[in-house]
Order: sequence, then structure tokens, then C-alpha cells
Amino acid sequence: MSSGQNPNIVTMEKGFDLIDAAVIKLKRILEGKPEPDFVPGEYIGNYTTVYNMCIQKPPHDWSQQLYEKYGSIFKDYATHTVLPSIMEKHDEYMLRELSRRWDINKIMVRWLSRFFFYLDRYFTVRRSFPSLTQVGMTSFRDHVYNNVHFNVKQVIIALIHKEREGQQIDRALLKNVLDIFVENGIGSMKRYEDDFEDFFLQESASYYSRRSSRWIQEDSCPEVAHYLHSDTEPKLVDIMQTHLLVLVAKQLLEKENSGCSALLRDDKTDDLSRMYRLYHAIPKGLEPVAEAFRLHVTAEGNALIKQAEDAATSGSVEEQVLVRKIIDLHDKYMVYVMDCFQNHTLFHKALKEAFEVFCNKKVAGSSSAELLATFCDNLFRKAGNDKSNDDSTIEATIDSVVKLLDYISDKDLFAEFYRKKQARRLLFGKFNDDHERSILTKLKGQFGGQFTSKMEGMVTDMQLAKDHQTGFEEYINGKPKVVDFTVTVLTTGFWPSYKTSDLNLPVEMVNCIESFKAYYAIKTNHRRLMWIYSLGTCNLNGRFDSKPIELIVSTYQAAVLCAFNNTERLTYQELLEQVNLNHEDLVRVLHSLSCAKYKFLNKQPASKTISKTDSFEFNSKFTDKMRRIKVPLPPVDDRKKVVEDVDKDRRYAIDASLVRIMKSRKVLPHQQLVSECVEQLSRMFKPDIKMIKKRIEDLITRDYLERDTENPNTFKYVA
Amino acid sequence: MPPSASKPSKKRSKPDSATDPVPSASSKKKSSKEMDGTDQLFNKYANTSSGVIDPEGIEKLCSSLKVPHTDIRILMLAWRMKAEKQGYFTKAEWRTALKALKVDTIPKLKKALPELEKEVRKPLNFADFYAYAFKYCLTEEKQKFLDIETICQLLDMVLGSTFRAQVDYFVDYLKVQKDYKVINMDQWMGFYRFCNEISFPDMTNYNLENAWPSILDEFFEWLREKQA
Repeated sequence: MSSGQNPNIVTMEKGFDLIDAAVIKLKRILEGKPEPDFVPGEYIGNYTTVYNMCIQKPPHDWSQQLYEKYGSIFKDYATHTVLPSIMEKHDEYMLRELSRRWDINKIMVRWLSRFFFYLDRYFTVRRSFPSLTQVGMTSFRDHVYNNVHFNVKQVIIALIHKEREGQQIDRALLKNVLDIFVENGIGSMKRYEDDFEDFFLQESASYYSRRSSRWIQEDSCPEVAHYLHSDTEPKLVDIMQTHLLVLVAKQLLEKENSGCSALLRDDKTDDLSRMYRLYHAIPKGLEPVAEAFRLHVTAEGNALIKQAEDAATSGSVEEQVLVRKIIDLHDKYMVYVMDCFQNHTLFHKALKEAFEVFCNKKVAGSSSAELLATFCDNLFRKAGNDKSNDDSTIEATIDSVVKLLDYISDKDLFAEFYRKKQARRLLFGKFNDDHERSILTKLKGQFGGQFTSKMEGMVTDMQLAKDHQTGFEEYINGKPKVVDFTVTVLTTGFWPSYKTSDLNLPVEMVNCIESFKAYYAIKTNHRRLMWIYSLGTCNLNGRFDSKPIELIVSTYQAAVLCAFNNTERLTYQELLEQVNLNHEDLVRVLHSLSCAKYKFLNKQPASKTISKTDSFEFNSKFTDKMRRIKVPLPPVDDRKKVVEDVDKDRRYAIDASLVRIMKSRKVLPHQQLVSECVEQLSRMFKPDIKMIKKRIEDLITRDYLERDTENPNTFKYVA
Repeated sequence: MPPSASKPSKKRSKPDSATDPVPSASSKKKSSKEMDGTDQLFNKYANTSSGVIDPEGIEKLCSSLKVPHTDIRILMLAWRMKAEKQGYFTKAEWRTALKALKVDTIPKLKKALPELEKEVRKPLNFADFYAYAFKYCLTEEKQKFLDIETICQLLDMVLGSTFRAQVDYFVDYLKVQKDYKVINMDQWMGFYRFCNEISFPDMTNYNLENAWPSILDEFFEWLREKQA
């Protein structure tokens, strides 16, 4: 171009003056001072000034200087105006000022970078300098943010604290200010984290540690998350959980008035639900709660057991009361598991384990299996008499019984006691067929057909017996008259084993027996009848001097009494020969007839016990106001026998299980064999490990198994 | 087959009477001589009517050998001959043992006894001998147990020299306990394993969870209680 001063060349001074003017105007606008907005012409003019200053050929290329000018505009403004204006304020006002100045800065950056835009097109790019925007932002950070953030942070934390204490604060402001922290990280969260978050979390930690107990009553997590950066929330929740729940979890659980045990003790179901929800969020948080629950239920159960034990007079336990209480306890805490604890498996498991502990305790010498069987027995016996106990109540109780049985490990023992008692119910009392069948159906559903097959057979027998009786009565119709006679035919194997005896019956009874035998032989093939006189009852007419009295006695007693039909007097020995009972039974019978409440026989000498040298006489002088007397013969108590029978069955069951396992596995180490055996049998009972060991040894002796010669701890199946 | 090959065999089949005067006959003579010695010895102790050495004969044998009647070495001899019935030695059994020991007179037999003992005490043989000792004492056909009394004596005889302490304690236990009236083979062998594997009397390496026969578990617990 031509030399010399070109009037069109913009000098630096001239250019800077124009720019300064524009900047002043801009500042006035941004600060809210009365100032008209830039019109498009001004805008273009400013832009063009810069443009011209940049495209001019050196030495008039002012790009570098413009760039520096730009930077210094921000620096001066920040240092002389912005920073002081923030620093002179306090608390919320400081925050507001910061927020305001931040917004202003953003706009200023926007405007000025438009004016100076041409620099960004070539200059900054070519020189790889920070862009105009970057310069503007960095300037704020370096000259304002860096100098205020510490104090600002203090203010923010103070405000949050205020809110935690329940006061209202300007959350929007807080959000804006925290956004400033974030944005001054310029692409990284580091400023936010270092300058604010770390302090905040630290402070929160100590806050929650101090406030932990109060918190649990107030329940929900305060909604601090709202104005914090989203990254902070999980970190905060983590801190909260750590300090509030995990670190003090144990204390909280055990705390006297608000710990889990206390809540359970006081039935505070709402609080428990709350506790569940909160601990549910922590990994493994529910374990200690479930543990506290289990301990509590176990303690309550144990207390019931102890109560029953203490109340048991003369060795007899009030099982009706106890079992009812246990059923109620179960119902109560099952509701807890389903409601408060949202049906969570951990709590189902805790409930189960708790019940398994105390449901297997002995009470005053009786096992829980026996108690439960007795409970059922009484339930069914009384059902007939107690009209208030309607069918649906009985059904509900039966359901509870089946549930409880699940917790008892000696199920086979229960089955045996139940069977024995059922037999007595069916043979001697009035029984309700529906009830009997109902419980068996439920037991079968829960524990399998094998568990109930014998019992079901017994109930069916009673039905068949009725049919036979009808048939028999038709049969003897027209035949020579026999004494009225009912027979119940039992299928051996279903019923408990009873002793038979070679009782010498009075001749009248013999006729009955013979005629039934004949009838039965017609009706059936290849069946042998075994008469169990110990279970029979007889109605006798006692022709006493003052008035005749009907006596309802057992067959044994009847046989003894009828012996006196032909003789006035008999000695013990004579009776023994005539009636053909064994000593034990005869003594029992004679005692009931001569030393008990009703003395149908006179004994010489008149002592309290029967001896083999006694003699007996029919007591014709006997009388009573009743016309009919029932003289029960006390049954021999067979608890010991039941336990023995069950033990014997268990030995067979263990043998069978061991052989089954070894047959399929062929070779198995000892411990595995034992554990598999226990597993297989656990449905019915908990086998004693020592017994299993002894059975294994027995099987070795019987050549079913052998020890491995290399390894004596391993067994081999002998085919 | 080539004719030449067959020739030598044909030749050999003919006995060469010049060089070898009836070799088979002479060896027969030699072994029969041995047999005779053995048999003669047998007959010395055997019961003439039953044809076997009976308990009385064994007693005589023991006094000849100057060995006590209840000495373990007689049992070892029985083991050597695989005698089946306690208190009786058949001719065949007798021959087996004496042949194995290479003896045919009493003095020779007596000299061979220490050697026999050494042989039996070798670990591999001893386990077999130990099992044999139990079976030897069974008297009935299908019998599987020995009574406590017999077991105590047998243990003392068989293991007394090697496991004195274990035997003494176990015998004590057997005498006071009431659960077991008889001992079977598995329990018998179990005790031998016990002596070999378990350090005594501390029994620190005994594990109740292992497959030791129950009687040993109970012995262990009884002893522990005593030591407490």
C-alpha cells in the first residue's frame, strides 16, 4: 500500500479509546445504571473497530495488544470493582452479590467476546491461546472466585446448618452459588469438590454423628439433595448411612428405649416398619435387625416354656394353655414378618429359627411332640361337649397345630403319640369323623402320605367296623340268643400293638365270641382274628342286696367279677387259675374292685394293697345312690413305651437310609455319609449322630458295608 | 515241525540211567525224608485217634519248646501254618509251617522261633497277624464276636509288648464299661489303627468326627475324663 499516514489506519490509541467507551457503556448497562442499550449500529461499529485493528498490516496489526487489552478489561473490573463489592458484604448478602456479579460476568463475557470476536477467528486459534470466553471466565476465577470461595463456603455451610435446624433458607440462591463453584472448575468438578464438597461432607458427618439418636425418631432423610450438585447426593447418603446407621447400628438396635428390642417389646409396629425401610437400604443392614427379632421371639418363647414348667403341678403340664399361647405367639409375629418386615426372607428365617429353639424344649419331662399330641387329643375330646368351639375354630386350630409341628424336629414321636391317643379316642369315646379326617388330610398335605397312612387306616377301620356290626346283627337274627355284643375289627399294623392274653371268659361271653368268629369266617377269607380283651368293656348287672346296679367295667374286671357267680369266695390263687390273667394285670383288676372307690368285692385282709395270699368275697352289701356305675381301669401309662418304639423305628429308618445312600454312591467318606443320612431323615426326626455311627458299625458287621482298606474313614457298599 | 528239532526232545525224554540214577526218584526220597521228619514230629504230638494235634498236644509241644502255653509265639506259629481251628493243628497245617521255617526237629523249631517273630513283626505281616489272631479265637461257624474276657487276654498277648500303655488303659476301660459285651472284627482292627495312628496318652490327634468305631470314641471320652 502507499506509505505515510493513511487516514484510515486505526491507531492503537484511537482504537482503545473507542473500546473503552464501549466498555464503560456496557458496564453501566450491566450494573443497572440508566443507559440506553446498544443499537445495532454501535454493535457493528465496535466489532468493526476491532476487525480493522486486526487486519491492518504490521506494524499496525494490533491483535496482540487487543488480546491483552481484552484480558486486562476483565482483570481491572474484577480487581477494582467486582471483588471489593463482594468482600464488603456478609452472609446471605455476600452470596447474593457473588451470584449477581457472576451473572454480570457471564453477560460481559458474552458481549465483549462479540466485540472482540475477530480475535477468536484467527489470532487465538493460530497462537493456540485461550479463547476470549475462556479468558473472561478464567479471569473471574482467578481474580474473584479464588479470593472469595473460602468465605462463601463458610456462609453456605452455615445456611445449610440453619436449614437442618429447621429454619427456612433461600435454596435457589444456594443452588446458584454452588453452580458457580461447579462452573469455576471449568470442565472439572475439582473446584466444587475441593472448595465446597469436602468441607460439607466433613461437616455433615460430624453433624449426623451428633444428631443420630434424634434422627431416628424423625424418620426421613432431610432433603438436602435438592440444591447440591447431583454428584454429591450419593456421597451424602453414604455418609448419612455410615454415621447414622452403620456405625451406631448396634447401639441403635440395642438402645434401651428406642432400640429394636424395645420396639418389639412395646409392640411399636410403625416404628419397626420405619426401621425396616431404613436399614433395608444399607447393604447387610437388615441382618442385625433380623437377629434382634430372632432373639426377641426366642426369649418370649422360652419364657412361655418356663412359665409352663413352673406351673406344672405333680409333673402334669397344662398343655392346652401352653400350646394356645405358642400358637398366639406365632400368629402375632407372623403378622410382624408380613407387615413390618415386608415378608422378607431374612425375617421368615429368623421366625423359624426362633420357634425351632423353644418348640423342641422339654417341659417337665414331656417332649413337645407329646404335648402337641395331647393338645390335639383334648381338642377333639372336648369338641363334642363344648358347643362354643364350632367347626371353623377347630379348623383354624388344626391349621395352627400343623404349622407348629413343622418346627418340631421329632415329628415321628408326635405321630406315635398321636396314634396312640387317637386309638383311645376311636375305641373308647365319641369321636367326630370329620375332625379326625380333617387333621389327617392337613398333616398328609404337609408331611406326606406315609406320615398319616396308619392313622387314616384306623379311622377307616371304624367305618368298616360299623358295617361288620350291622352284618353280624343280621346274621345272629334268628340264631339262639346271645348277650348283646359289639365287635370292632382292627387291622393289625394300623393300630398300636396291644398285648393279648389268654383270658378265660365267662361262658356267656364265649358264646358271643364263637358266633362272631363264625360270621367273620363266612364274610372273609384267610383272616385270623386276635382278640384283645384288654380293650373291651362290659355292662354287668350287679345283684346287690339293696338294689341292683349296672356296672360298666372292662372285660378283665368282668371276668373276675363273674367268677363270683358260682362261688361266694375265692382266693387270689384260685382267681389266678380261673381267670388266667398274669399277676400284674390281676393285681390291678383286684385293686380296682376291692381297694378303690367302689368296693364290689371284700378283701381279706382289708389292706390297701393286693397280695398273693388275699382272699375275696362278693360284697352283697354294696350300694350307691347311682343306678349305674362306671369303674375305669386305669390304663398303663406308656410314654416310655412310645419312646422306645420310636427309637426302634428310628434305628430301622437309619439303617434303610444308610443302605440306600451307599447303594447309590458305592463309595463315600464317613462325614458325608453321616450328613446325607441326617439330611434324608430330617423330615421326620433329627437323628443322633452317635446312633448313626453305631448303625454304620452294625451294617459293617452284617456285611452291607466295609471300610476302604486304603482309607478307613471311607466306606464301600458291599453288593 | 522240522525233524531235527524233535530229536533232542526225544533224546531227553529217555532217562539216562548211567549218569543220573533215577533223579526224580532220589528227589522224592529227599523230600520224603523231610516229610518223614516233619510227620514223625507231628505224630509225636498228635492225638492218635483224631489224627490232629489237639490242645493237650499243643501243651506238650509248648513244654518241649520251653515256651509258655499262652506265649504269642505259638500264635505266630499258628499264623504261619494258617491254622483254622483254635487249639488244633492238622497235619497239613503242621507241614506248611515247618516247611516254611525249614525245620524238622524240636531244637531246630525252637531256634527258628525268634526268626519267626521277627518275620511276623514286620508291619505288613503284623496287620495280617493281628487280624488272624481275632479270627483264630472264633469258635463257632458263623461267630462274629469275641467276649470281653478273651479280647483282654488277646490284646495283652498280641499288643502288650509294643503298645503297653494303650493296652493297659483299654483293658481297664473294657472291664468297667457296661455298653459292650462283645467285640467285633471292625472294632478289633480299629484298636490296632488307634495304637498306630494316635499319639498316646495325649491323644491330641484323635478326631471324634472321623469314622472311628464308637467304642473307641467312648474310650477316648472316658480317658479324657480320667485325665482331667
